[in-house]
Amino acid sequence: MTAHESLGERLIQQGISRRAFLKFCTAMASMMALPPGSAMAIADALSKTLRPSVIWLSFQECTACTESLTRSYSPTLESLIFEMISLDYHHTLQAAAGFSAEKSREDAMHNAYGKYLLVVDGAIPIKDGGIYSTIAGRTNLDLLQEVAKGAAAIIAVGTCASFGGIPNAKPNPTGAVAVSDIIKDKAIVNISGCPPIPAVITGVLAHYLTFGELPELDDLGRPKSFYGETIHDRCYRRPFYDQGKFAKTFDDEGARNGWCLFELGCKGPTTHNACATTKWNGGTSFPIESGHGCLGCSEPNFWDAGSFYSALSMPAGALKLGTAAAVAGVAVGAAVSVANRAKKQAAQSAHRTATIADLKE
Amino acid sequence: MNFPPIHAQSTYSVGNIRALMNEIVACLEKLDRDDEIGMIDLNSLPFSPGEYEALRQTLGQGEVSIRIEAIGPSEIIETHYPGVWWVTHYNVEGDIVADAIEIAWLPQIIRSQPEDVRAGLARLKAQLNDQD
Repeated sequence: MTAHESLGERLIQQGISRRAFLKFCTAMASMMALPPGSAMAIADALSKTLRPSVIWLSFQECTACTESLTRSYSPTLESLIFEMISLDYHHTLQAAAGFSAEKSREDAMHNAYGKYLLVVDGAIPIKDGGIYSTIAGRTNLDLLQEVAKGAAAIIAVGTCASFGGIPNAKPNPTGAVAVSDIIKDKAIVNISGCPPIPAVITGVLAHYLTFGELPELDDLGRPKSFYGETIHDRCYRRPFYDQGKFAKTFDDEGARNGWCLFELGCKGPTTHNACATTKWNGGTSFPIESGHGCLGCSEPNFWDAGSFYSALSMPAGALKLGTAAAVAGVAVGAAVSVANRAKKQAAQSAHRTATIADLKE
Repeated sequence: MNFPPIHAQSTYSVGNIRALMNEIVACLEKLDRDDEIGMIDLNSLPFSPGEYEALRQTLGQGEVSIRIEAIGPSEIIETHYPGVWWVTHYNVEGDIVADAIEIAWLPQIIRSQPEDVRAGLARLKAQLNDQD
């Protein structure tokens, strides 16, 4: 695909119908928590975009973030997201090795300087000059600083890149830190999670391509549309918390009845992520639905935040939206809570066909 | 030691169905009165196990069911309540990628898209030229 060819033209050449693309955009709108009627507007915007160059750097990590992304959806739908970007460097996925691999990174940087997206997974060790993790003889620190300079924006994928994650856990022998601890002069999106939800990675990319800018972020740099609410607030077991019905052990009556896992150490009340609705493995389930509390993996220092099985000492805050209305059985319900989640003004027009301008407001 | 078998509770409702039905009523009224289309994204709702199935049962199946093949199947059924459509998109592996209730005279995805019509027209013309 040449740089001057739009995604829409590319899809037509490949025999992918507009209807199929519209279907893909419907899934994207759902992921991005945009009003469900916005698929048509997204399709229009995306089909006109030129795909950006993406350089993916993997540092102190376990490759689960890449596993998560490449296992997202079926090969055909996933290939659509890869049609949207030109993945020019990813040392786990690329065929090139050695000098030619590094040259492809340098070429990509040169060709799209100031415009490419930089994706980082893994923490960056900075102790002793950063010698604890090197690629092609260069430290991660050095490589990050060089590639970040020419990036339009940086997407930190996974808790390690976002907050330091497990490499940063005590006693942190390598001095591992997050991307945002090193790079201060670029827009950074943190897509935390261990691993992060694949739909969130693709959703942020789609948002960037649709709107030409990064999504709205919370105070920890995470996209609000996915991290705006806690697991607890969106958990289907939430009503049991409100009723004071708790499982006390993993095999008691309460556990069998599917009651709240708060007393078994569930970190849902303090964890912001989309697991409770997006779920895992193609929407099959998520930890709480499988009977285990949330570990809080999308929050900073989750590994050092005490036992996974000790109850949180703080009580959970008041329920903000969505479920309360659902429980009360009142008419505000579903469509409104979807819109609230997006924190978009387009909320009120959730029932109408939205334009990109509406959605940007 | 003998442990009693553990069965996940799967039939209770946390109240989503009633809220959704009220929402659908409001959307249907808008469709009838203002010609306004409504959509409810089911993927973003915290259903308890069993509630989703209960919603399917509650809405039932009406006169129309349509299947689309576009990078995996899509299933569109008009429910027992005319104007209330259940639109489910699957990928080629059969996982649900989008799932919504659309309150409309006809769901958007069913219409032929102008881009596809133009591409098809070009193909048809090319075929005619080949035969000349």
